[in-house]
Amino acid sequence: MDILELFIESLGTLTLNKTRTGLAILGIVIGIGSVIALVSLGQATQQSVQSRIESLGSNLLTIQPGSTNQGGVRGAQGGRTTLTLDDAKAIETSTLITTIGKVSPEFSRRTQITTGGSNTNTQVIGSTPAYAEVHKVTIASGSFITQRDVEVMSKVAVLGPQVVTDLFGEGANPIGQSIRAGGQTLKIVGVTQAKGGSGFQNQDDMVFVPLTTAQKQLFGVNYLGSIALEAKSADVMADAQNEVGYFLLTKHKLSDPTQADFSILSQQDILNTVTSTTGTFTSLLAGIAAISLLVGGIGIMNIMLVTVTERTREIGLRKALGAKKKIIITQFLLESIILTFTGGVIGIILGIITSYFISNLTSSPFVISPASILLAFVVSAGIGILFGWYPAQKAAGLQPIEALRYE
Amino acid sequence: MNTKSIIQTKHLFKIYNTGVIETVALSDVSFQINKGEFVAIMGPSGSGKSTLMHILGALDLPTSGEYLLDGEMVSKLKDEELADIRNRKIGFIFQAYNLLPRTTAMKNVMLPMRYAGVAKEEREEKARKYLTLVGLGDRLEHTSNQLSGGQQQRVAIARALVMNPAILLADEPTGNIASVQAEEIMSLFKKLNNDGHTVVMITHEPDIAAHAQRIIHVKDGKIVKE
Ligand SMILES: Nc1ncnc2c1ncn2[C@@H]1O[C@H](COP(=O)(O)OP(=O)(O)O)[C@@H](O)[C@H]1O
Ligand SMILES: [Mg+2]
Repeated sequence: MDILELFIESLGTLTLNKTRTGLAILGIVIGIGSVIALVSLGQATQQSVQSRIESLGSNLLTIQPGSTNQGGVRGAQGGRTTLTLDDAKAIETSTLITTIGKVSPEFSRRTQITTGGSNTNTQVIGSTPAYAEVHKVTIASGSFITQRDVEVMSKVAVLGPQVVTDLFGEGANPIGQSIRAGGQTLKIVGVTQAKGGSGFQNQDDMVFVPLTTAQKQLFGVNYLGSIALEAKSADVMADAQNEVGYFLLTKHKLSDPTQADFSILSQQDILNTVTSTTGTFTSLLAGIAAISLLVGGIGIMNIMLVTVTERTREIGLRKALGAKKKIIITQFLLESIILTFTGGVIGIILGIITSYFISNLTSSPFVISPASILLAFVVSAGIGILFGWYPAQKAAGLQPIEALRYE
Repeated sequence: MNTKSIIQTKHLFKIYNTGVIETVALSDVSFQINKGEFVAIMGPSGSGKSTLMHILGALDLPTSGEYLLDGEMVSKLKDEELADIRNRKIGFIFQAYNLLPRTTAMKNVMLPMRYAGVAKEEREEKARKYLTLVGLGDRLEHTSNQLSGGQQQRVAIARALVMNPAILLADEPTGNIASVQAEEIMSLFKKLNNDGHTVVMITHEPDIAAHAQRIIHVKDGKIVKE
């Protein structure tokens, strides 16, 4: 008997026993399909979070007031008032600092904004023209805050598209109209381009005003909330962090870096934190996937073992009629391979389709990991083939009569 | 040793050990059957006839004792050689038929020919011929479970005859078959025997046993009378 004939015979046996075949294939499909879909879901989440953070500016460093040391130390050093516009100017003009391009001093606070009948509560950001460049904010209509606005404390505002929708309705052109915030009337001079996204630092839901206007007229402070710095390239981020750190320590007359009254975070630091969080999420999904793989595997194993009695008798009969051990094992292996391969291919296709739908529904990127496909396939195929082969191998070693009498 | 003897057993014992109870199914069985003989084995139920037949068919091994098939010690043969003997030299009709479930009569009868590497056309032609010979020409595509007990037994007979074996071992081959058809089966056996093939048949019906040249009587695992 050649292999082709055995193959055809195996196909025949599989179609004769539809329930058994169907259940075994189902086990494999569930095992493989769910692993692919879940891992894809996890990776899509991770990627979408990462790309959103990267869209906020990739060479970005942020200086925040207060110590990186948590708790009491921070309070002891003057809380959140240690950064000033003077610091920002010094960084910008210092010849000691070579790795920094733009410097954006900022002060922001959530405030109630009103206009006519409607109002909204949103983030008001006191900024300089550098803000737009450092944070990759583009203007859809009108203009952004100008240097002159900052110098003369103009009462102007630039609105994010979400704020426009909230106050004036979708698609309205608010330029020339006014809003009230912090007891001041501000004239709207520009609207920013929609960036998309929600929740985490949603740049569409912000109001920009000149830094000086925010500090003096809206909130009555003389310090900064943060300074955003744009490094000249992504390669000098670490150097920039050090340079600025030492510069500020000196300027604040601190000799011990552990006593620093500010902290410098790079975009990479934030990215790392978020990545490790979403990485945990991915691991969790991978854990769930591993469980489905296990359940699928047990399903395959069960269906293979449940039929072991009938199959053992069949093997006894085949041996009695002159089948060699080798032929019997080859036949059973072939059957298992056809089963797992069919189930595997269906599972992969279903897994990919499911991932595609999930990515559409959650508007996250469509990511398929070849490693997860391979792993899922190898594990279920391994289980399927092992439990197809092992009982066959055992039965084929029996005397034909023993196998025929097996219960 | 008689050079003509195709089957020779020496002090065969078969002891089944099922937990606490030990059953001695065969006890010191020594006999021989010559090439071309037609032998019937008779004895009460449970006397060890089937056990003996399985050993003769190289489907099981004795607990002790020797079995020489065509001069060869069966216990010393390798899997490949045994497979060949079961396939080509011996035709075995089981008391319980043992057909492949959910499989047609044709496919059941063709199975031994597949293992012998017979070409497809020849397999189909022979299977059809032998199924017709046992009176199932109109049941070729019926699956095992669509056939009556007697019909299944006749499929099993066709399957044993189709390889034209040198030795035919039949365990109560007419147990479920009406007497008219049983006579037809007997004439098939006799024709095979006339062509020089050896036939060994278990039966408890005296008129079926009467077709044989020699009758071996078994009781409690021993040969009591030849
Ligand atoms: N696989 C087995 N395990 C235990 N006892 C068995 C087995 N097969 C047969 N026996 C016992 O061996 C004896 C002979 O059985 P068997 O050869 O089938 O008798 P017969 O075919 O003459 O009716 C019986 O007592 C039976 O119960
Ligand atoms: Mg019996």
